[in-house]
Amino acid sequence: MVCIKQVPATTAEKRYTADLRLDRAAAEAVINPLDEYAIEQALRLQESGAVESVGFLSMGPEQAAEALRRALAMGGDDATLVTDPALAGADAWATARVLAAALDRLAPDVALMGMASDDARGSLVPGAVAAMRQVPLLSYGSELRIEGSSARVRRLTADGFDIVEAPLPVVASVTDQVGEPRYASLKGIMAAKRKPMETWSLADIGLSADDLHGSALTRVVETRKPEPKPPTERVENVGADEAVTRIADWLAARKLI
Amino acid sequence: MVSTATPTRPDPFALSEEERSVRDTAREFAQRELAPTVAQRDEEERYERGLFTRMGELGLTGIPYPEELGGAGLSYFAWALACEEIAAADMGMAISLSVHVLSQLCIFSHGTDEQKSRLLPPMTAGTHLGAFALTEPGAGSDAAALSLAARRTDDGYALTGTKVWITNGGEADIYVVFATVDRSHGPEGITAFVVTPDTPGFVVGSHERKMGIRDSPAAELVFEEALVPEADRLGAEGEGLKVALGSLASGRISIAAACTGLGRAALEHATRYASQRTQFGRTIAEQEMIQAILADAAVAVEASRLLTWRAARLRDAGGSINAASSMAKMFASDTAMQVATDAVQVYGGAGYSRDNPVERFMRDAKGAQIYEGSNQIQRLIIAQHLIEEQGRADR
Ligand SMILES: Cc1cc2nc3c(=O)[nH]c(=O)nc-3n(C[C@H](O)[C@H](O)[C@H](O)COP(=O)(O)OP(=O)(O)OC[C@H]3O[C@@H](n4cnc5c(N)ncnc54)[C@H](O)[C@@H]3O)c2cc1C
Repeated sequence: MVCIKQVPATTAEKRYTADLRLDRAAAEAVINPLDEYAIEQALRLQESGAVESVGFLSMGPEQAAEALRRALAMGGDDATLVTDPALAGADAWATARVLAAALDRLAPDVALMGMASDDARGSLVPGAVAAMRQVPLLSYGSELRIEGSSARVRRLTADGFDIVEAPLPVVASVTDQVGEPRYASLKGIMAAKRKPMETWSLADIGLSADDLHGSALTRVVETRKPEPKPPTERVENVGADEAVTRIADWLAARKLI
Repeated sequence: MVSTATPTRPDPFALSEEERSVRDTAREFAQRELAPTVAQRDEEERYERGLFTRMGELGLTGIPYPEELGGAGLSYFAWALACEEIAAADMGMAISLSVHVLSQLCIFSHGTDEQKSRLLPPMTAGTHLGAFALTEPGAGSDAAALSLAARRTDDGYALTGTKVWITNGGEADIYVVFATVDRSHGPEGITAFVVTPDTPGFVVGSHERKMGIRDSPAAELVFEEALVPEADRLGAEGEGLKVALGSLASGRISIAAACTGLGRAALEHATRYASQRTQFGRTIAEQEMIQAILADAAVAVEASRLLTWRAARLRDAGGSINAASSMAKMFASDTAMQVATDAVQVYGGAGYSRDNPVERFMRDAKGAQIYEGSNQIQRLIIAQHLIEEQGRADR
């Protein structure tokens, strides 16, 4: 089961509502690019016969169904969307709570996620879901393998790599090292229309708004645009030797050479 | 990235979820797999068959044909969206693909069930490449004057004559060839055939040394008593011109879509360059004369797209498209030429260099004012339609 999130396109201008939530209606939405690697990993596992089926799970507004449909166009078998008015503004904790409850019901061997979401970049959800479900977490895998009744990730470290193994079921997250995500073929797009997609409310997964502390424990206090970069210094209209000297001086002044 | 865009505000021209998906797949493929190498393929005049195969894998080689025949089972509109995306990265591959889809259309709309099920599946799958052979040394705009002779034999026809400027020539596996069974019958003698490269008496002649779209092939075809079985005649004797012109009316929609993509790419490059290039102490994008160029280009590209979309929607709805597709083709190709030329102007000397893409856009755009009916011929079609309509209204 791959958990995916619909996020505003990286290139889209982000707008915020009065209560500092992302105005999701105002921006082009895409599958969180880092989740595409999780999808790719899952589909490769299915192609190699290591897993029988691949499903997709998303929590989000109704329009997140589009992200699920897009994932189904890449491959996999079915999808589940958890959507509920009470979920507006859900933070990482509430999201994890909802996903954990949905996963309890779906009971997959592996709940696979991307290493972070492009919009919030908290990287909290995989760990939180594993903790709530009390199953092992195999995080930041550059590759995920399933062998018999255990799962294994290869995780790059500063001086090599670790191999981490745990018995199924697990929560796992993978990095952009798993391989370039495929894109949907047109046949895939047509096939996706015929694949089953279920929509669940909070009640369907046995939760109520109260369980979520009004959907968020955290509060966004302020949003700010990043400081503009200082203007680029250019060396122009001088001879090659002069240019080399100036660039070398510039680098030396910053102790870069 | 994979876009699952949602129409932000109620937009009467918003794409459906499925249409956005098709566009996004085509865009990602084009930007990742065509754009990085197009300049080099153009420089080397090299057609890369593997890219066509790849398009086949993604389902881009038979978008508007039914799934039973291996197509994607999507609309002509979806095909136009994909074609714009491919052309925005690589006009040559877009035109090559457009001709492939055009040749399939001749078979799809005029072939027998046997011909369709035999010929189309490998074409929609991208294993067989199609070509459309109408033009001859003595018959260009006046296609009905063609002279390639089809002489009846015991079990079929013997074709003799020459075709020129045939896109995909030398690479194609299926050639839709227009010949005449009797020149004295004029247009009523024209008949369509399907010819495969292994046909005795059929050879590919010299390759056209093109100004633009040099990463797509075009060649002369020579027929000397080339034997074609009766089973490979498309439609009845004398129906050939109808096969050709009917298919071309649709083909022009994808040419228009490709030109929209090319114009869009030229405009994007010009806008980016203008925002970076500084003269007289500010970027040239801050000069009003440059802004006017960019604004005019933006309006024309948008209008090209809308004319293209309308023609495609009309075709999907089963309406008459002759005038609509001619308008789209004429306007979009004139726009592509204008915008590409202006992009070179915005780049200044850098635009005249083969190290920047805008000179390629200019060379690539020019052909579109000529092929699939020159823009003079489009004007004739539009005017004829106009006069007929007026005549009907006044009756
Ligand atoms: C890149 C490229 C790819 C091509 N691919 C194919 C292909 O795949 N298959 C194929 O069959 N053909 C193909 N062609 C040929 C193309 O369709 C013809 O070049 C086109 O139809 C014009 O014919 P022509 O070159 O003989 O020019 P001509 O017909 O000789 O025209 C010369 C000029 O006179 C003008 N003219 C002609 N008649 C009139 C008139 N009645 N009123 C006003 N002006 C007129 C034309 O607009 C043009 O400006 C291709 C051409 C090019 C350049």
